[in-house]
Amino acid sequence: MIQPATTGFHRPTLIIGVALFAIAAITFNDARNMNIRASYGMGADAASYFVAAFLAILGVGHLFAAFRPGIEAEQAAWKAFSWVVLGLFGLVGAIWLGAGFILASTLLFVFTARAFGRRALIKDAAIGAVLAIGIFLLFNKILTLALPMGPFERLF
Amino acid sequence: MDSLVYLLGGFATALEPMNLVFAAIGVLLGTAVGVLPGIGPALTVALLLPVTFKLDPGGSLIMFAGIYYGGMYGGSTTAILLNTPGESASVVTALEGNQMARRGRGGPALATAAIGSFVAALIATLGLAFLAPLLVKVAVKFGPWDYFGLMLIAFVTVSATFGSSPLRGLTSLAIGLWLGLIGIDQLTGQTRLAFGVPNLFDGIEVTTLAVGLFAIGEALHVVSRHLRTSEKPIAIKGSIWMSREDWSRSWKPWIRGTALGFPIGALPAGGAEIPTFLSYTMERKLSKKPEEFGTGAIEGVAGPEAANNASAAGTLVPLLTLGLPTSATAAVMLAGFQQYNLQPGPLLFVQYPALVWGLVASLFIANVMLLVLNLPLVGLWVRLLKIPVPWLYAGILVFASMGTIAANPSVVELLLLLGFGFLGFLMRRYDYPIAPVVVGLILGPLADSALRRSLQMSLGDPMILLQHPGSAIMIGIATLALVAPFLFRGLAKFRQDED
Repeated sequence: MIQPATTGFHRPTLIIGVALFAIAAITFNDARNMNIRASYGMGADAASYFVAAFLAILGVGHLFAAFRPGIEAEQAAWKAFSWVVLGLFGLVGAIWLGAGFILASTLLFVFTARAFGRRALIKDAAIGAVLAIGIFLLFNKILTLALPMGPFERLF
Repeated sequence: MDSLVYLLGGFATALEPMNLVFAAIGVLLGTAVGVLPGIGPALTVALLLPVTFKLDPGGSLIMFAGIYYGGMYGGSTTAILLNTPGESASVVTALEGNQMARRGRGGPALATAAIGSFVAALIATLGLAFLAPLLVKVAVKFGPWDYFGLMLIAFVTVSATFGSSPLRGLTSLAIGLWLGLIGIDQLTGQTRLAFGVPNLFDGIEVTTLAVGLFAIGEALHVVSRHLRTSEKPIAIKGSIWMSREDWSRSWKPWIRGTALGFPIGALPAGGAEIPTFLSYTMERKLSKKPEEFGTGAIEGVAGPEAANNASAAGTLVPLLTLGLPTSATAAVMLAGFQQYNLQPGPLLFVQYPALVWGLVASLFIANVMLLVLNLPLVGLWVRLLKIPVPWLYAGILVFASMGTIAANPSVVELLLLLGFGFLGFLMRRYDYPIAPVVVGLILGPLADSALRRSLQMSLGDPMILLQHPGSAIMIGIATLALVAPFLFRGLAKFRQDED
């Protein structure tokens, strides 16, 4: 990541500051639309106003801090990162489509292993499936937790 | 000696065969997960929370105690053999411990860490058993205003003392407070920041936040910088037993480390980093062989390890008696209590004495089990360290998402988990501390309701907070602790300008 370090201007800090302002604005707006009033003392909106003000003050603090040299974030391996993200969204999608816990977890396992540089797809899938089946049996059968069912889960 | 009677009753509970089994499972699981590189006790407890979902509260809290202490032991093993401390408190252990391992003295390093942790945890748990009832006696007289003052102290110390700058720490806290707003307000029924999403009406689950920030955030952070090569664990050569000289050089650092760790851990300003660093510096000054420091001095392992464990037991004092979490691990433990609708605090001691004292007794038992299990099984733990990184993190992610799926199998909850994972990644990348977010989420709503109940009692007069001496003093301390870092930085800058 190339930072204009000579001017001492730090872009990530500025973005964080703006994001804090945005959250503060959302919170303020939400508090303004509250309709239940407390009979005396503080209502439920007081805490929202306080947090909104707190966030806004921190936002100002970040704007000031952005003009000082900040921490240079390391060069990130975005390709590996996106493999994991893909795996995580794959898991959510699989659960959403009702594919069941074992399939979803195996998917996440394979994608994460790929992110860390492994290419042995079949071996990783086998290990992931064994792990997922083990967790499923332990939790659904012994600890009686309800993990989502899918085609594979009905076999047990 | 009420506490002695209660403690004996606690032992009667904890020594029931089923509870002993729970303690053993907890200790083994805790060590196994804690030994994995990059996983500290907070993450260990967060990952293993779902395992205890369906047990009865007593058994589950006992298992918890085992997981907590097991995670601590596992962390020190990793620090010594791999030089990858899973948490900031084992950084110091890694300094000397890893040097000892490199010089073929890994065995004695592990042994002094294990026995030192045992001694420290034993003394500190005794301290907890005697200090807690005294604090409870004071705390039952607390009004909501006093709780509000205490929470202010916890907010400030947790956020302004952790992390690289107060601005970052306070920002983390603010994010936690903001997340705490979400959901239906308990006192009025008003919905805050839920945007009509039914899953948000009950508020953000602490476990979802903790697992997302710690486990998924950490995995994303590691994969984003995995270009660098990872270290191989150092094989243990020679005897794992300590020589006579090792013993004579170790026992005083154990005691001194405990004496530093427990009181600092028990303060609401908690945390284990300060006592471990203090202990390290102290041992270096007091050692007869200071030249060995930096190249593997056994005192440098013995003292900080004892301090680390003693302060871990110390943080249980404010957690159990006041319901105040002062470390990330304590925050996750509090989530475990809330899973059973148990609210730690003085009332817990009154309402469920058997449960609390069973837990305290289990801490002793977990401690003994660890000593018996940890050293003989060290070969097994070393093998766990050799799990290839791709499978390790793949497994962590599967286990982490499983917890959320098991607790609340909804897509919204899973998306929240991923969102917190990204948040955790960004916070790690730009060096914002994680613990204040969790503390803010837990304590924010409690502080809100404490303040509002105070104001209801005073019919809206805010002066009630300053009219009670207890809350006035605590608010004063919190203000000082908040202003001090800015002031000192200003002073330091002023001095520099003068030069």
